Amino acid sequence: MRMPRSLILGSLLTMVFAGGALLSFIWTPYDIETLAIPQRLQTPTGAHWLGTDQLGRDIVSMIMMGARTSIAVALLAVGIGICLGVPLGLVAAARRGSMLDEVIMRGNDLIFAFPSLVIAILITAVFGAGATNAIIAIGIFNIPVFARVTRGAALSFWSRDFILAARVAGKSPARISVEHILPNIANLLIVQSTIQFSLGILAVAALSYIGLGAQPPTASWGRMLADAQTLASIAPHVALVPGLAIVFTVLGLNLMGDGLRDLLDPRIRVART
Amino acid sequence: MIRYMIGRVTSLCLSLVVASMVIFTVVEIVPGDPAAYMLGVNARPDTIAALRTELGLDLPTAQRYVAWVTGMLQGDFGTSYTYRTPVSQMVADRIAVSLPLALLALAITVVIAFPAGIYAASHRGRTGDLGVMGATQLGIAVPNFWFAMILVLIFAIKLRWVSAGGFPGWDAGLFKGLKALILPAFALALPQAAILTRVMRSSLLDMLNEDFIRTARAKGLSRRQALWRHAVRNALIPVLTIIGLQFSFLLAGGIVIEQVFFLPGMGRLIFQAISSRDLIVVESVVMLLIASVIIVNFAVDLAYAAVDPRLRTGA
Amino acid sequence: MSLLRISNLSLSIAQIPILHEVSLEIAPGEIVAITGESGSGKSMTALATIGLQPEGAKVEGRIELDGTDLLTLTEPQMCSVRGARIGMVFQEPMTALNPVQTIGAQVAETILQHEAVSRTEALDRARAVLNRVGLPAARFPLSRYPHQLSGGQRQRVVIAMAIALRPHLLIADEPTTALDVTTQARILDLLKDLTRDFGMGLMMITHDLAVVAGMADRIAVMQNGRIVEAGPTAQLFSAMRHPYTRALFEASTHEVDLPPAPPPEPLLVVRNVVRTYRQPRTRLFGARPEVHAVDDVSFTLHHGERLGLVGESGCGKSTLTRAILGLEPVQSGTITVDGAPVWTGLRPNFEVRRKMQVVFQDPYSSFNPRHRVERLVAEPFNLLPDPPRGAAREARVAEALVAVGLKASDASRYIHEFSGGQRQRIAIARALINDPTMIVFDEAVSALDVSVRAQCLDLIADLCRRRPLSYLFISHDLSVVRSITDRVMVMQAGAIVEQGPTQQVFSNPQHPYTQALLAAAPKLPDMKKASHGT
Repeated sequence: MRMPRSLILGSLLTMVFAGGALLSFIWTPYDIETLAIPQRLQTPTGAHWLGTDQLGRDIVSMIMMGARTSIAVALLAVGIGICLGVPLGLVAAARRGSMLDEVIMRGNDLIFAFPSLVIAILITAVFGAGATNAIIAIGIFNIPVFARVTRGAALSFWSRDFILAARVAGKSPARISVEHILPNIANLLIVQSTIQFSLGILAVAALSYIGLGAQPPTASWGRMLADAQTLASIAPHVALVPGLAIVFTVLGLNLMGDGLRDLLDPRIRVART
Repeated sequence: MIRYMIGRVTSLCLSLVVASMVIFTVVEIVPGDPAAYMLGVNARPDTIAALRTELGLDLPTAQRYVAWVTGMLQGDFGTSYTYRTPVSQMVADRIAVSLPLALLALAITVVIAFPAGIYAASHRGRTGDLGVMGATQLGIAVPNFWFAMILVLIFAIKLRWVSAGGFPGWDAGLFKGLKALILPAFALALPQAAILTRVMRSSLLDMLNEDFIRTARAKGLSRRQALWRHAVRNALIPVLTIIGLQFSFLLAGGIVIEQVFFLPGMGRLIFQAISSRDLIVVESVVMLLIASVIIVNFAVDLAYAAVDPRLRTGA
Repeated sequence: MSLLRISNLSLSIAQIPILHEVSLEIAPGEIVAITGESGSGKSMTALATIGLQPEGAKVEGRIELDGTDLLTLTEPQMCSVRGARIGMVFQEPMTALNPVQTIGAQVAETILQHEAVSRTEALDRARAVLNRVGLPAARFPLSRYPHQLSGGQRQRVVIAMAIALRPHLLIADEPTTALDVTTQARILDLLKDLTRDFGMGLMMITHDLAVVAGMADRIAVMQNGRIVEAGPTAQLFSAMRHPYTRALFEASTHEVDLPPAPPPEPLLVVRNVVRTYRQPRTRLFGARPEVHAVDDVSFTLHHGERLGLVGESGCGKSTLTRAILGLEPVQSGTITVDGAPVWTGLRPNFEVRRKMQVVFQDPYSSFNPRHRVERLVAEPFNLLPDPPRGAAREARVAEALVAVGLKASDASRYIHEFSGGQRQRIAIARALINDPTMIVFDEAVSALDVSVRAQCLDLIADLCRRRPLSYLFISHDLSVVRSITDRVMVMQAGAIVEQGPTQQVFSNPQHPYTQALLAAAPKLPDMKKASHGT
């Protein structure tokens, strides 16, 4: 089978940023904790490929450290969504029409009514700002997304004859969910994960922009943008670079998701042949 | 139809009740005594106790919850701990900015997404479709607050068409008010428009594969006629769901965009309230945000019934 | 002069040829049937005629309607032909109508599309057409929505849309395949009537030889995109020059030989079973009406007996099946197998379950696409207290596969590598693996082409000869049940209205419903059996 072009391009973009984030653990071009005010707001040069910020820190190094924060927060938030949302969705589908299903789905609707930003604000009001609270805020919002997707897809399988056959073979709903349903909806969940991952990156950026994400001195793209805002007219590159980093990461993840869907979804494959 | 309505209204009320309970509980577990905050570190314990009584903080939790809810139902959101002014007054001023901003953004979203989605679907696989899809791919990836900064850089700083931020107030005239909101609304709307365009397109394409489109074609309708007369209305059903969800994004996203444009909206209010531990304001603003989201989704449910006769008559 | 003349029509999609040099003529007032199995190209011929073949299909040849070659027309010209001069009726009435528009608007649309008339006039004419197709104004006002109509009624609306402008040619693509047999008979009568009345040509696409035998003037038999034989109906049935025509005919009238049943000894005993569902309230605060899906059903299946259950859709046979299999509890009554109840308290009884297996209708949804055949076939081992492992398990799977005519090596393949008929064999292998005393065949051959169906029926009969096998054979198709069962029950509206030895019920039906079912079932002419034998 041919690899979809969007998958290749998306994976490449994603790998650039994920690689940068990993590399930052052992090496960055400059130490971002040392300030060098004399070198502040330089435009890109041989020494500083993307220039320096208002405190003279190297922007390439800042972007690498910021990638680490963004990816870690978004990834953990997706993890929360999958670990709680998928089982809830499976249970709701297995007990479709029951009181339990109703409670799970109404609970979902309720969380949907709280935009993730509002959840973040509430959490911050209680526990204070920080990366952990950002993870929880975004993660909570991911739960109903995964629960809903899982339930919807699982329902379409529960009506299939092979599930009936498994029930005739005496298998319990829990076992059927794990053995028959989960493998069949795994593709969908992978695709949904890349989408939620990219939405997570955007949400982290927004949260740190308004000061509710990772706190200084931890570097984050949103924080960089917030700092650059007042300088945008004199040093546009300071505002452009972190923004582009977000755009490319999210674009990469979305393209990867689209590509994976093309590759994994048998319905689309059938439609093409 | 009546059964459907009753169901929706019940669900609306339940959601509001549960949401208010969640918010109240969360704020309840916040460490720190608001009265102590208000009076500062040097306050004497008996002054604090007096203030607690004045604010009603010494009453049992359940009683305070009931008081809070019944107050809100009568338009009384309590008194700000910090400013000692009615919260309802503070909130009303801010809503006058935030709600028009979200509605304007929603309008822009729909105005962009509907034509773009329909165009892409009717030109599936051709250059126009690929162009629209590429643009939406980019639109989804752009963080709205960064896009807002770029817009300010171009239209306010370089071209000087609009001011870089601030809000003159509606007293300055409808046009001036709208002019101050147009850039923020665009920045808010663009990523959502990209999402809605994609939903519109895929929903339409799903419909175009339906048997009844083939039936319509067999009647002699051209591809375009079949799309407009038969596919669009059916495609609206999933699109409406997304619009409902998007409204909540737009309201919440407004909090961030207000920061970029220095707009005196709910977002600013909430930040000030958090930093000064003015929890009653936080509580009320969050409740209002959630309530408007729940009510908009209720409106979406009603719109379903308008679009889909199966809901009206009961299958 | 002929109305429609298709000459040397070839069609290919992405270089894959679908139709080869198809030639066909239809005269005014004539019914021409195109028949063949799935993939024969019969539907594609219909779609090409009305110009709705899939995008990107390459079409060659000529399709002349009243002397104009349709293939030379531009798309806008073709639009003015569709609906006005050619009407089309499709297979699936449940999805063929726009769910958010009234039936009146949808029928009037045909008229408004082609004639400059006012909306009121178009609606008046729509009313008249709906009356003509048997949907009188009193019960079917124009303001009805599709979801308020049954399948047969919806198909009448589709027909009304197709004939509103009295087209010269009507194309009907499997118009009755999705309908019950009694509804089918009425729709076929309507189509025949309309053809004679309007002097239309009717191109009738169907997989069912029996359906066309009773109504077509001429028949064309298609196989692999070619017309292999065509001629006037009587002549075609008596000559059957092409071996494929013969094979098709024989498969359609296929009968199997069952070994005699052993003396009766009760196996499955169903006593006074009732299963009701609550419907949503129709009125606020009103009681929720109950539907008796299965209403006081009693019967016995004996050891070694082959019992049929026949009924139209919605008669409750699926609910009854699920209750027997222990998938759903019943409100009252008992279901026992060898004296033991299917349900003990709130839990299904594995002791009893082990004795039963099931084969479902749809070979495509009966298997988890992600598991290998070995795992699929072995799934019922779950019911055994001590399931075989390792080599013993492999041997059991291989044995079951061989028993249904597959190879032991097929165990390591995935299900998508098999055809529909092979899949149904695998389903039977899965049903046999635990050596059950009883199998439920739930419409097990209904989704198969006639030739594959005949092979599957042979397999079942063969299994009966080789091992003691009792089964409940559920079907909506009377002709299938006839030779594969010893005894048959007829179900209507949740109740069993008649039961008795199969031959007796078929030759001398007592209940009016059974009589109506038998009368409505399309029949093939008997002449070939005399000359060719089976």
